[in-house]
Amino acid sequence: MNSVTVDARYLLCPLPVIRTQDQAAALRPGDCMRVLCTDPGVLHDIPCWCRIHGHTVDEISRQGEEIVITIRVGNEGSTPAGNIEVLDDRR
Amino acid sequence: MSKQYKAVALISGGLDSLLAARLVMEQGIHVEGINFFTGFCVEGHTHAIRKQHRARPRRNNALWVAEQLGIRLHIIDIIEEYKQVVINPRHGYGANLNPCLDCKVFMVRKALEWMNAQGFDFIITGEVIGQRPKSQRRVTMPVVARESGAHDRLVRPLCAKILPPTLPEREGWLERDKLLAFNGRSRKPQMTLANHYGFDDYAQPAGGCCFLTDRQYSRKLSDLWQTRGERDYDLDDIMLLKVGRHLRPRPGFKLIVGREEGENRYLEGYRRRFVHMIPVSHPGPLVLLDGETGADDLELAARIAARFSKGRDAAEVTIEVTGKDGTVRNLTVAPLPSAQIPQEWYL
Repeated sequence: MNSVTVDARYLLCPLPVIRTQDQAAALRPGDCMRVLCTDPGVLHDIPCWCRIHGHTVDEISRQGEEIVITIRVGNEGSTPAGNIEVLDDRR
Repeated sequence: MSKQYKAVALISGGLDSLLAARLVMEQGIHVEGINFFTGFCVEGHTHAIRKQHRARPRRNNALWVAEQLGIRLHIIDIIEEYKQVVINPRHGYGANLNPCLDCKVFMVRKALEWMNAQGFDFIITGEVIGQRPKSQRRVTMPVVARESGAHDRLVRPLCAKILPPTLPEREGWLERDKLLAFNGRSRKPQMTLANHYGFDDYAQPAGGCCFLTDRQYSRKLSDLWQTRGERDYDLDDIMLLKVGRHLRPRPGFKLIVGREEGENRYLEGYRRRFVHMIPVSHPGPLVLLDGETGADDLELAARIAARFSKGRDAAEVTIEVTGKDGTVRNLTVAPLPSAQIPQEWYL
């Protein structure tokens, strides 16, 4: 299992999401990413991005203005992409 | 077993692309979203910077749309490539520096590249004939399809019935009868359809999704190009144009004045690249000085900084000035009265 750190400090959304997405593409299911950020927008955007791509947010911590999001890479093939039933269930 | 056809949807975060993707998904097509980050996107940045905007939801609307649809979203950084669209638009600008038609062609072309690389079959957009005066007209629809190279693999589900059939329709991957014939500027059909699907928290249109459609922003970008003598920019340039009051008292230098705490904090990240000043005798804004400044300019800038501080009515305000080399000194000045700041200084 690999563990990598993504430094997205001082970047505003959506750049932290893009950096996270690009790093995730190079990892395997089960690998771990620590994403360092300062834009509070990531508190919404990165968990949302994780949900739609099948990754798991293990932990979110804050130290002063710095936010650290720990992500476990999932298997994107198992996400319900394009699955109309998922959408219908939400109505 | 029949083939599972796959479409890539351009997802802006607005209602039209949400509905277009939803309509196509309904026909059993596997859809994934693509969203392009140009640096000019209204999405995200301004809300993140300005404290007064914090009541608004901080969500990224493109991600929100993807989650509503249950599809993957790929956000692509096109900042560098997009420069040529902004600097040299083949079809010219709209009312401001918005190269909407060239932008649409560029984005569909990028989506086509992605489609080919990922083995997808066609592209969908939320375009509606007549919805936008520059880029979404009957005559521009074929221009986008042709110049992007997507041709008949570009489907506009919301107005497909009033356009010639595309490849997916002709081949039966999509049933044309189940696509729509929206036309014109009215938003009512989209809102009715959104209601039908149960979407009720979608982003409301509020002057477009791009800063280039904004008159004041375009004026600041024009000023940047004119001052530099070339039409070029980097991400920091265009981000800074979104923040603060911009005043150009003299051709050689410009002031960027933070308007509130969130903007001051954001500008702090840039202060080492600029001569900067901040009132120390009274609460006040962080001010960045862009350009070459002589002693007279520094005093004028300090008086303007004092004007925007809480000491605007005081006889004197002390301003701390920091050079690019880190040297610090104080200037004590009389705040410049508002009446002595000509309107034409404001960009």
